[in-house]
Amino acid sequence: MASALTQTPRTRGKVDAVIVGLGWSGSLMAEELTRAGLNVVAIERGKWRDTATDFPPAVDMDELRWATRRGMMQPQAVETVTFRNTPEQTALPVREWNCFQFGWNVGGAGTHWAGMTWRFTPWDFEVASRVKRRYGMDGLDPGLLLQDWGIGYDELEPFYDRFEKIAGTSGKAGNLKGQTVPGGNPFEGPRQSDYPTPPLKDTRWMGLFRQTTEAMGYTPFTIPAGNISTEWTNPLGVRMGPCTYCGYCEMFGCGNWSKSSPQACILPALTRRSKFEILSEAEVARVNLADDGKTATGVTFVDANGQLWEQPADIVVISAYQIDNIRLMLLSGIGKVYDPATGKGTIGRNYAYQTISGANLFFENERFNPFIGGGALGLQIDEWNGDNFDHSGLGFIGGAGILVNSTNGRPIGLSDQVPEGTPAWGSEWKRALKHSYQNGTAIFNQGTSFAHRKVFADLDPTYKDRHGQPLLRVTFDYNENDRRMAKFTMDKAVEIGRKAGAKTIQAFNSAEGHNTPYDQRSTHTTGGVVIGADRETSALNRYSQSWDCHNVFVLGASSFPNNAGYNPTATVGALALHSARAIIERYLDKREGLVAA
Amino acid sequence: MQNFTKFGRREMLAGGTLGLAATAASAALINGESASTTQLSSDALPDTTPDLTGAPYLSHAEAGLVGAVFDRLIPQDDLSIGAVEAGCVDFLQRQLAGDWGHAATRYRAGPFRPGTPEQGDQSPLTPRERYRTGLKAMALAVSKATAKAFGDLSADEQDDFLRAMEAGHHGDTLKSVFALMLQNVREGYFADPLYGGNKDMAGWALVGFPGARYDYRQEIDRPGADLGLAPVSLMGRTRVPGQAGGAA
Repeated sequence: MASALTQTPRTRGKVDAVIVGLGWSGSLMAEELTRAGLNVVAIERGKWRDTATDFPPAVDMDELRWATRRGMMQPQAVETVTFRNTPEQTALPVREWNCFQFGWNVGGAGTHWAGMTWRFTPWDFEVASRVKRRYGMDGLDPGLLLQDWGIGYDELEPFYDRFEKIAGTSGKAGNLKGQTVPGGNPFEGPRQSDYPTPPLKDTRWMGLFRQTTEAMGYTPFTIPAGNISTEWTNPLGVRMGPCTYCGYCEMFGCGNWSKSSPQACILPALTRRSKFEILSEAEVARVNLADDGKTATGVTFVDANGQLWEQPADIVVISAYQIDNIRLMLLSGIGKVYDPATGKGTIGRNYAYQTISGANLFFENERFNPFIGGGALGLQIDEWNGDNFDHSGLGFIGGAGILVNSTNGRPIGLSDQVPEGTPAWGSEWKRALKHSYQNGTAIFNQGTSFAHRKVFADLDPTYKDRHGQPLLRVTFDYNENDRRMAKFTMDKAVEIGRKAGAKTIQAFNSAEGHNTPYDQRSTHTTGGVVIGADRETSALNRYSQSWDCHNVFVLGASSFPNNAGYNPTATVGALALHSARAIIERYLDKREGLVAA
Repeated sequence: MQNFTKFGRREMLAGGTLGLAATAASAALINGESASTTQLSSDALPDTTPDLTGAPYLSHAEAGLVGAVFDRLIPQDDLSIGAVEAGCVDFLQRQLAGDWGHAATRYRAGPFRPGTPEQGDQSPLTPRERYRTGLKAMALAVSKATAKAFGDLSADEQDDFLRAMEAGHHGDTLKSVFALMLQNVREGYFADPLYGGNKDMAGWALVGFPGARYDYRQEIDRPGADLGLAPVSLMGRTRVPGQAGGAA
């Protein structure tokens, strides 16, 4: 196949900023920059998709199409990753649907996400310095790459607040300006204001978990949700509607304007601005650099008809999926590639994931009505998350949010939810499934993940995408620190399950064996183009600005030096808004690095 | 819909001719929403009937073998109808005729090499090819082991053979096609009836799933209650209690 990339490109008119990937980060950045008067072009690989035209209730409640066949996600045929557990292995392509859930539409993964809208705790941003201060490094996995983010919770707090108000997040504050508030998460960092909308209601299973964990002395709280509980008009003037607990959320679009997404929260305002333009079904191949190698001149992209284009711009914002952010930096030659042998280089460094364990539970005479659900509908306890407990002598750092999640009762996906030892077919399976449908559930530990010297991403030497460009190669396995944490928190989940009265309890631990992308308990891959205070160990400064190329900004979970025991989206949003303010208030006048190297 | 009035006149978007379309790129390149347009996108409706005007992909004999297997995987019993009556073979024929059968979304570029279990299935085959080769190998293996065709075995003998396939005792090809059949029969039994299976929503009635309902704001206030909700399909039909398919 002749690659479109060998054509002589046509050239578009120069703009102030080009945004690569129009998900949460890209649309937040575009909203800020256009409001500040800049001309912005956003280039998005997926199609234009919107609530009424593409996933109204008439087509949304279709498990086979959206969940089983992943109708909203980018096919592997378009681009996938290659994967291996160790640098000694040969990476092979991940050919089928797997844990990497790239968006395939304007709105990105922010359209099909579940909606959990967490802030990270203050500790998550300063792991290196706080661990050294409280415990020292003795007894920890010596390969861990711990480093502070170069920005703290307090500085990000106003941007978390702004993101929640744009998203309409439902929840209950646990810490208002330093005062503990009953009903919320007592371990969260101080908030300047409560959530925009009240918490969602409890399902039967949430009620049982609440009662059980309270009796055990824990402090359960409703998970902050982007499936919002009431009507909300956000600061951009966009109105959202209440969640109907329909159970078609994660992997689906929302037909109710009640799941926070670029479509539901930002694009209705943004697409009305004359200084904004979307080029959809257009794929950016690389960022172009000036001869000095220190300034981007714009991007090269391929349109839906296979035509090659250049889009010149003064500022390039890379806000694709985390995996693609790493890949675009590598394809464009921005920054130094991480070398696991020497530990030098930053692009591809600090790759991390989410460390999952928990317990599957089967009760005897329950009626959970699992079809009453929402992607973020759930409760959590944070006693075993982050550094909320004393780790002395444990041999690991970090922890997990221990949560229950009433997402859905979709039967294809639940057809394996029978106790171990049950046949997978036949009348015995049917009987077990009928019982488990109302009596089966789980406790899920969403754990921290720390970067490790031997875990990284780079370009694959063999496998290519449809345009002939190398796929990203991911080299990942769980490290000893995260394995110990997962086992520790797994035992806590089992104990809660027992106290809740489950008849059969089956513990699970993703980090027990080797990682595989087909373990789909979490989609949260992070790192690879991280922020930090030291350009030797980070690709970006605290404003998400490339250390090497001052007019390139990179947004997404690729920025995280380590992953917390929470979902990433609100932190992604807060970092995007923080970066946008820095561009507008500081960068436009100077046009140079905002932090002295 | 959202309230757009606050933003004054629509500065940029109007139907299909958007913004700077005139400046450069081809018209197909630039898309955007018109606030007043709520007409479904051209590909918004599901592809439920891929071209079935020609012969179905699986031959009569292949479909017969699949049906015999499906009816052991989800048999008729006191709980509900069996897989074939529920339409699962028709469901499969439609799936094989469409994108899924052709592995349209799968990464299919070589080189093809065996990998570690963690690297997953590296086969170059599409689901259509996996059925064709798998069913052929299965028929041969059954004949070799029992001197009969699968359909002529007793239910217990069929189950014994399927258990051996599932466990890999008949090799990787049979193990793989068994897994594929189990996946597809469950899909056919539980997907919306508009894909050709789940007749009368029998699969949903079996487990008590209300189907394509979109609003449980009243029901969430009754935790643990027997809600007695009859399932609803995207085709706009409600299951009639007592309908074929077992207890509602």
